[in-house]
Amino acid sequence: MSYYAGKYDIAVIGAGHAGCEAALAAARMGMKTLMFSISLEAVANMPCNPHIGGSSKGHLVREIDCLGGEMGKNIDKSYIQLKMLNTSKGPAVYSLRAQADRKKYQAEMKHTLEKQENLYIKQAEIVNITLENNKVKSIETNIGAIYDVDAIIVATGTYLKGKIFIGDTSFESGPDGVFPSNKLSECLKNLGVNLVRFKTGTPARINKKSIDFSKMEIQEGEKNIEAFSLEDEIDPSKEQLPCYLTYTNKRTHDIIKANLHRSPLYGGKIEGTGPRYCPSIEDKVVRFSDKERHQVFIEPMGENTDEMYVQGMSSSLPEDVQIEMYRTLPGLENAEFTRPAYAIEYDCIDPADLKLSLEYKKIDNLFFAGQTNGTSGYEEAACQGLIAGINASLKLKGKNPIILDRSQGYIGVLIDDIVTKGTNEPYRMMTSRAEYRLLLRQDNADLRLTEIGHEVGLISDERYNSFLKKKKNIETEIARIKKLTIKPTEEVNEFLEKHGSSKISAGVKLADLLKRTELNYKALSEIDNDRPLLTPAEAQEVEIQVKYEGYIKMQEEQVKKFKKLEDKHLSEDINYDEIKGLRIEARQKLNKVKPLSVGQASRISGVSPADISVLLIYLEQQRRK
Amino acid sequence: MDTIAAISTATGNGGIGIIRLSGKETFEILNKVFVPKNEKKASGYTMKYGHIIDANKNIVDEVLVSYFYEPKSYTTENMCEINSHGGFVVERKILELCIANGAKLAEPGEFTKRAFLNGRIDLVQAESIIDLINSKSEKEARASINQLEGKLSKNINSIKANLLDLMADVEASIDYPEYDIEDVTNNKVLDALNTIESKLYNISNSFKNGKILREGIKTAIVGKPNAGKSSLLNTILNEERAIVSEIQGTTRDTIEEFVTIEGITLKLIDTAGIRNATDEIERIGVNKSKKIIKDAELVIAIFDGTRDLEEEDYEILELIKDKNAIIILNKADICDSKLDSNEKIINCHKNIIKMSAKNGDNIDKLYEQISRMYQINNIEVDDGDIITNIRHKQQIDEAIKSVEKAKETIYNGMPIDIIEIYLKQVLTELGKITGDDVSEDIINEIFSKFCLGK
Repeated sequence: MSYYAGKYDIAVIGAGHAGCEAALAAARMGMKTLMFSISLEAVANMPCNPHIGGSSKGHLVREIDCLGGEMGKNIDKSYIQLKMLNTSKGPAVYSLRAQADRKKYQAEMKHTLEKQENLYIKQAEIVNITLENNKVKSIETNIGAIYDVDAIIVATGTYLKGKIFIGDTSFESGPDGVFPSNKLSECLKNLGVNLVRFKTGTPARINKKSIDFSKMEIQEGEKNIEAFSLEDEIDPSKEQLPCYLTYTNKRTHDIIKANLHRSPLYGGKIEGTGPRYCPSIEDKVVRFSDKERHQVFIEPMGENTDEMYVQGMSSSLPEDVQIEMYRTLPGLENAEFTRPAYAIEYDCIDPADLKLSLEYKKIDNLFFAGQTNGTSGYEEAACQGLIAGINASLKLKGKNPIILDRSQGYIGVLIDDIVTKGTNEPYRMMTSRAEYRLLLRQDNADLRLTEIGHEVGLISDERYNSFLKKKKNIETEIARIKKLTIKPTEEVNEFLEKHGSSKISAGVKLADLLKRTELNYKALSEIDNDRPLLTPAEAQEVEIQVKYEGYIKMQEEQVKKFKKLEDKHLSEDINYDEIKGLRIEARQKLNKVKPLSVGQASRISGVSPADISVLLIYLEQQRRK
Repeated sequence: MDTIAAISTATGNGGIGIIRLSGKETFEILNKVFVPKNEKKASGYTMKYGHIIDANKNIVDEVLVSYFYEPKSYTTENMCEINSHGGFVVERKILELCIANGAKLAEPGEFTKRAFLNGRIDLVQAESIIDLINSKSEKEARASINQLEGKLSKNINSIKANLLDLMADVEASIDYPEYDIEDVTNNKVLDALNTIESKLYNISNSFKNGKILREGIKTAIVGKPNAGKSSLLNTILNEERAIVSEIQGTTRDTIEEFVTIEGITLKLIDTAGIRNATDEIERIGVNKSKKIIKDAELVIAIFDGTRDLEEEDYEILELIKDKNAIIILNKADICDSKLDSNEKIINCHKNIIKMSAKNGDNIDKLYEQISRMYQINNIEVDDGDIITNIRHKQQIDEAIKSVEKAKETIYNGMPIDIIEIYLKQVLTELGKITGDDVSEDIINEIFSKFCLGK
């Protein structure tokens, strides 16, 4: 029996990383928001690796934070190890990474959700969505509660028709023993939503007491380090837990090869497309047969658990084979499994059916976010959740959506990529996907995005004001050191010599000295007597902006060119079949994608430069009419 | 908006060719390549007489230049038209000088497109502009595919492979810092860049005078067995700067090899594949040669300089009497030619070159001779080919510039993520020639090369 359960503005289906951000953003923007999870024990779960951040993903977390999202703050409360990666590889790719206390991360996030005004969390499975005039109308739970809603955000992760494979065993399930969502998948199909099958996998978890760490390399975290959220500070006295490194060997590989026929992947039982960047250990051994060993990282799952995650050993081989092969690794000879490795297959949508706002093109007020859009990774999911939450709210308020372009953030790159090009495997963010990488640094995420976060109402006035102050301090300091002449005194030349830098014989601007590779902002304080007091973040920003000025300018020039075509807007109502001169392939692709700008159109595969010229002429024709 | 340039008259025949420039920097660029006789500032709609000069101040051509100031021009931008009389090699040179000084080669139909977008042409004509753009694009696309069939695409792909290999190392170490991927050292990047740079220069130089014309000069290499036909052919084809494309001939036993030498394209008739000569094939006798010589526009007759002339040689000399022909006295590396003063040869009144077909000694003399013999102005050409060719050269030269910037960045001690910006630019330029989406290329390379992930 069903019953009417009330009227809400927005319903979020799913409480993973995308769902949490979506629900919080919507509620914080004043929307009366519902959030459903099949199990509230699964809120913000990390069913795979227990870490947040890393290369390009750390960037995403910063961007989420600067737009007013929660992921950064939540990991700052629940990390058990922190590290800054890539410090020798240049400012664009410095990346913060944290090992998370998985349970604590979940508990903190759940509590944040519970405390949030306007947000109503429900444990229920959504089985039906009803439309009216092709627009979202209501949503129904498995227990028969019907809620009228104006917008829905689908963030179902790997739960949609989830199916787990362990060797020859397979069963319908979401991750970590939670029920899958089967009926919703059927409902979406009936609404005309195209679904495809993707797969991913995760390694086994092992009890710590069965591991001999003396045979592994220890990997410690860093103490004096920055937080993910710009509102937080890291307590350097906090105890951090180490990770460990071990390797596979010939015996491991022999066992895998001897049992390949028992893998559902090689036996053809799994139909979903898996990501190349999360290959199972079987895949690695088959595809890189000349490699004698593969790295395996043993990572703690939290402070109050002895379960350890075994990164690098994801597998869908039968459990007995898994145990045998894991035990060939140094230190894992007596490993006791707590959970076996498995592969999981799930339904997701074709992201090319979405608008850049993440709204489904063919159904009004239906938004999608996260892994269900064909992406992979907690951070990728979270940032989409945030954008979908913001845009669903803006739409109900009758405002234009927030669409970040490729020069504004990794979030913009991610969404533009999946929406414009679609994806045929789970999409992972990588720094090489960003054309303007030097401008999309994690240190300047606030300069890029705080304004937007404040405008939509997710960044507090207090934080905004301190941001403005920071911005001003940086600008003033850069202007100062560009103006300040350092005279060739004995003291100065002594200083230069000490740092292996060539002496000066005439006055030199301080900024020019800072550009020398062997010198840095901190060291230069010795010959810079009237230096104002800056925070470490401000000082870092000054240093990066001055040191790499020429290169940053060059990328800014590229962005200017890029923006020219981005600023030429294409209406969603254009019927490309009616534009003479477009090639047939271009017409079909343009009609499918419905790009927002000529720039976006130019990134669609199958749209040629000549087609772009035709579009420009078409726009001019329309303008003159 | 960039300043664009193009040859706007039909290429090939015709006494006058016009190179057009349009855009803000038109006159800055013009001033770098044009020395007018009268140095006073030209007013609009006037012409000036003067010389086009190259980077070394050498005179390239005597020209008339028309001046159009914005908005009173076809495109409503600053424009000029350089009227040249030198034939298309000179026109092309002028265009290249403009490009070297900052102009961008116009996209198909771009002058007209700009005229329309700037409000200069009325709406009724918009459709014909689209047709123009499409037909020109198609022509270029076709020409591009033709050109890419040959050695050019092989060369570019080999450079791309070098580059992707390097970039996959760099990107994988950035995106997967926890894995034991060797960090890419500056020296490794420099080594790779030097290799890439020299390969790019080779390609760029091959464009120097070069364009690939679909209709080259039909050229036959003839000589008795073992005179060195196949050695000569292989030497020509294996020259770094020769652009070669292979097309199956009309009969089963000929292959046409297109090769561009000093800007002149020869269609070498490779009889029964002398290129892959075995003794048997080399034994194609005089009878066969007769027909080939008759069909050929240029004959290269090759004689064994270490031996006296034989019956077959005399026949060949007789056959080439009334043809455009070059005589080669081969095997100069073995001993002085015995044929230097051979009356029969001298009386043939052909240019004689002593060389070694095997090791390539004096091959330059042969090339010089060919270029002297052919006034290429007279050849009918498809401008799609030429434009494509210039576009490719422009992209290769842009790629070279980015390689140089990357190297400079290394010397400046910049970190790898900044060097990578320029590596990506090189790849993007090369991708424009081959028409690939390079961001996917890098990611594909990373995952085919490394074993990463959970």
